[in-house]
Amino acid sequence: MSAETAFRADASEIKLRVEKKVRVSNGVTTLTLVRPDGKRLPDWTPGSHIDLVLPDGTTRQYSLCGDRWDPHRYRIGVLRERDGRGGSAFICDTLPEGAMVGLGGPRNNFRLVPSEKYLFIAGGIGITPMLPMVQQAEMLDAEWQLVYIGHNRHSMAFLDELERYGDRVSVLPKDECGRFLLSSWIREGRDDTKVYMCGPASLLDEAHDRCGSWPTGLLRVEHFVPKEQGAPVRDDPFEVELAQSGLSVTVAPEVSIVDALKSAGINLLTSCKQGTCGTCEVAVLAGEPDHRDSILDDDERACGDRMFPCVSRSCSDRLIFDL
Amino acid sequence: MMTTPTTSTDVPMSQADPFGPEVLEDPLPFQTELRDAGPVVYLDRYDVYAMGRYEEVHAALTDWQSFQSAAGVGLSNFRYEKPWRPPSLLLEADPPHHDAPRVVLEKILGPGALHRLRDAWFADAELLVDEVLGRSTVFDAVQDLSEVFPLRVFPDAVGLPAEGRENLLPYGDHLFNAFGPSNELVQKGAPRVAELSAWVNSQCTRDVLTDNGFGAQVWDAADKREITHEQAPTIVRSLLSAGVDTTVHGLGAVLYAFATNPEQWTRLRGNPGLKRTAFDEAVRLESPVQTFFRTATTDIDVGGTVIPDGKKILMFLGAANRDPRRWDDPDAFDLSRNPSGHVGFGMGIHQCAGQHVARLESEALLSALCARVASIEIAGPTIRHHNNTLRAWESMPVRVTLA
Repeated sequence: MSAETAFRADASEIKLRVEKKVRVSNGVTTLTLVRPDGKRLPDWTPGSHIDLVLPDGTTRQYSLCGDRWDPHRYRIGVLRERDGRGGSAFICDTLPEGAMVGLGGPRNNFRLVPSEKYLFIAGGIGITPMLPMVQQAEMLDAEWQLVYIGHNRHSMAFLDELERYGDRVSVLPKDECGRFLLSSWIREGRDDTKVYMCGPASLLDEAHDRCGSWPTGLLRVEHFVPKEQGAPVRDDPFEVELAQSGLSVTVAPEVSIVDALKSAGINLLTSCKQGTCGTCEVAVLAGEPDHRDSILDDDERACGDRMFPCVSRSCSDRLIFDL
Repeated sequence: MMTTPTTSTDVPMSQADPFGPEVLEDPLPFQTELRDAGPVVYLDRYDVYAMGRYEEVHAALTDWQSFQSAAGVGLSNFRYEKPWRPPSLLLEADPPHHDAPRVVLEKILGPGALHRLRDAWFADAELLVDEVLGRSTVFDAVQDLSEVFPLRVFPDAVGLPAEGRENLLPYGDHLFNAFGPSNELVQKGAPRVAELSAWVNSQCTRDVLTDNGFGAQVWDAADKREITHEQAPTIVRSLLSAGVDTTVHGLGAVLYAFATNPEQWTRLRGNPGLKRTAFDEAVRLESPVQTFFRTATTDIDVGGTVIPDGKKILMFLGAANRDPRRWDDPDAFDLSRNPSGHVGFGMGIHQCAGQHVARLESEALLSALCARVASIEIAGPTIRHHNNTLRAWESMPVRVTLA
């Protein structure tokens, strides 16, 4: 066997294994995810989220709340929602340690930008993206404060982890402190302070109202209501057709598009094999991509005219590439 | 400062000087010895731990947690020595400080952003090729093409004024020399350092740049508070530091590869879709950026050797790209090969942010040449240009036949 065909270290990894599952509070369960081959996971920055593809094909987004200095693990925190679509209940009640889940991203729409000062406001499960942010704010030597709002101390996860930050963190359970008053924490927009907020819609709506007239970039918000996803992720094969050559290749569920094309003798240039560098970009002429990369924003994804086949897949039966 | 190396007695040691004229002229024998000696070789002369095999180099590039960049990516260790210029916010930075500048520059130079430059660059390449062929079918591939084309398209894309661009190559040449030891190559650049640095810094301010190029987009990102205004000039500086010499020598590499492998040129002309593969295969083969350093953030075990915290690691990208453990017939320029995964652009969070720019420059130039040139061959002695980091030519006489 030649050196090149024998070399498997850079094969795309599509599924992760649930290494650990911990109920960390009333209502919140954390999952620790690893690659089955034990190798490094794609790099991420605070505020990043991943797409978690459940065994039934449904997809949910969860913020990464672990330590990025451990490259072998992702940690996410899942709030068991009573009125949700069932995904969180499945994860909290049923999904076992050892189960395999699909991965998309990580992507980051909630980036920690440089600032002299930070005010982090987390409502409920909105604490998850903030955990790596406060760790990072410490490393950047910035002045920061975290305001953590929740129902009660039993429901609020990660209080133990936040203890080390002392009075930089204000824990405000509703049953002790009453209704949260945003106005006591935020008045005018200040150039030296970035405000980050994540939590339920009501909290964020109030923030938008209050801070609507602020200069761009001082308030950054991540919504925690899951967006409506399209149809469940397919787990059966799909076709990739190359418009210029007319060749058509079947892509099996466990194989990346790049690897399927390679088996058919078509070499697409790639580099990172993780959906971050952009080298393998192809133009899509028809079909609906299932984007798993870290590059495209929501508008670009919706446009569907480009994709990164080292990690991304297909929602439709067929994709046509301009190759 | 005399240091007692705290190496394990098992690690192979070498007295060789990878930055000496012999190795710079032809690095391949040294790189073969390096790979064959073991996963890690201690270079006594510089107190650094060298690696030349693909597996170890790939792992070191991607493991930013253990192999850091903020202590410098040259021989100089910023834990103990002052950098010769304010550190790059991209190249010489680690997370978390690295994050914001990186995401801004990646976006500006990303595949999507380059679509709008494509037509213009293809047209510029055609113009240049017509000019060169209009003068003669015997010319210097370096002096007439690979040194010229990037300077025609890239400074405009950045948004630089017309004057002073002749400073870009000498600045880059010195800065890449400065990643190595303070040898003759570095000393020869010393007289002009202050003047060239001052010029480069003056090109990074908002008022000097055009209002829609890469440079302006960096300043726009500061306005949006994605980076600070204090960071913006240094990020623009990265474009000028890393964006010119590298592409000049990358284009030199692809032209040399074809000039010495005429059957591959015929192949390319018959299958224009191979252009992208051709450039990456040439980058793999020649590795315009031959080496980079990292610093250990903790004691690291690499293949049984413990590299102590704080020590410098020297990654030979060029050696990894020719490692027979990874590549079949590694010294061949072969368009039927899949060069994906080469480390000529690095790998991981510091992977070349400009790789798409480089590929587009090459695609444009190869396109223009394919249309007009039926064959290309070396027409005289080629002369290498020595640089502590870059694999470069000074002269590459070629002869073409017209299509």
